[in-house]
Amino acid sequence: MNVNWFKYSSPQTFFPLAGALAPWFLSAALLLGAVGLYLGFFVAPTDAQQGEAYRIIFIHVPAAWMSMFLYVVMAFWAGVGLVLNTRLSGMMASAVAPTGALFSFIALWTGSLRGKPTWGTWWVWDARLTSELILLFLYFGFMALQAAIDDPRRADKAGAVLALVGVINVPIIYFSVQWWNTLHQGASVSLKSAPTMAATMFAGMIVMALGFWMYSIAAALLRVRCIILERERHADWVAQYVRTLK
Amino acid sequence: MLTALRCVIYRDLLLAVRRRADVATALLFFVIVVSLFPLGVGPEANLLRTIAPGVIWVAALLASMLSLGRMFSADHADGTLEQMLLSATPLGVIVVAKVIAHWLVAGLPLVLIAPVLALQFDLPQPLLGVLTLSLLLGTPVLSLVGAIGAALTLGLRGGGVLVSLLVLPLYVPVLIIGAGTVDMAAAGLGVEAHFLLLAAFLVFAGVFAPWAIAAALRISAE
Repeated sequence: MNVNWFKYSSPQTFFPLAGALAPWFLSAALLLGAVGLYLGFFVAPTDAQQGEAYRIIFIHVPAAWMSMFLYVVMAFWAGVGLVLNTRLSGMMASAVAPTGALFSFIALWTGSLRGKPTWGTWWVWDARLTSELILLFLYFGFMALQAAIDDPRRADKAGAVLALVGVINVPIIYFSVQWWNTLHQGASVSLKSAPTMAATMFAGMIVMALGFWMYSIAAALLRVRCIILERERHADWVAQYVRTLK
Repeated sequence: MLTALRCVIYRDLLLAVRRRADVATALLFFVIVVSLFPLGVGPEANLLRTIAPGVIWVAALLASMLSLGRMFSADHADGTLEQMLLSATPLGVIVVAKVIAHWLVAGLPLVLIAPVLALQFDLPQPLLGVLTLSLLLGTPVLSLVGAIGAALTLGLRGGGVLVSLLVLPLYVPVLIIGAGTVDMAAAGLGVEAHFLLLAAFLVFAGVFAPWAIAAALRISAE
């Protein structure tokens, strides 16, 4: 069987595909988000120790997962772009970055909202909080570097090197932060020490994570369409496409 | 290959000696930043003793970052960098030489002057050696990782500010473990593990960073 693996690596063929797929992912995100929030807010039992305040984890934990996962996805596309020299991969990497930064910010924000009622403080220099904050800085660095370079091809490649260096560094940062923290103040409050989580709680979190995942795909696809149009504006097919919009 | 390594180091050191003011500026920056902290937080000896390792480490981070811009920009401006990219010597070797030269010029002076500054913070004398050794192991990592940022931002608008945004998050592990070493020693605990970790960072960065720097230089010079 002769499959052309690179058929959709051309921006021209990927553009309509992304446009066709995005609504599906978006509706899946809305559906899963609605189910997840329902499970989280109405079905899952109240936590014995933390009361109702814990319910923010249905947004907080999936957002934290996605922020880390999206960094790997971004580095993957950046690496593919660097190795195979495909234009679309670099565009995907830049399309994923803002969503990843958004989820890092949401994770930090909701984390601090949860920290106030449960720990009594908006912020602690806990290992997870600190490494999430640094992850946000890494996203900002990636976006700032790409924004500073006018030539999009150079921006893609430079961003790719940075993303790959970052992806090696993320586990190092994570572990260094963890060691640093345990050395300083012994056992601190850990987000993950939830004892025997109820099945509905877990289901709610998984559904929300899937919903966020679908949203990330939809957002990246929609954003990559804009990037394609911007970068390929000299191409004939873009001119034709824009004419059909009028 | 070793000849090339020696030549580039020698050349960069010679250039640094001819432009002594550039080297002195980063060092003075380090001294001034460290001296600002007692003025800012008040001259209470206990407090100063506690914050000394962190302050000195953060100041070293900033000072070594300040000199990153010089690493490749002059070579980029006068075309030397292109010759280096075209030369038969592997780019990684040249890059390693440039990083070593940068460390000798920008990192080593910080390491040597740090104990004096630590005395200003009333750091107990046994800790001075630990602090110096931690900086000795840590600052080369800063030069290696920083060189990636310097190579990526070569010739960009606002490169100086941008490089801080790229490089500082990557410096975090070195800062944590480096300053942590002194804290451990102050608490009377063993510091071998921390020194080994710093050495591991150095080996890891020494192996992988030249690769990334070379790739970044090729991209920037395209």
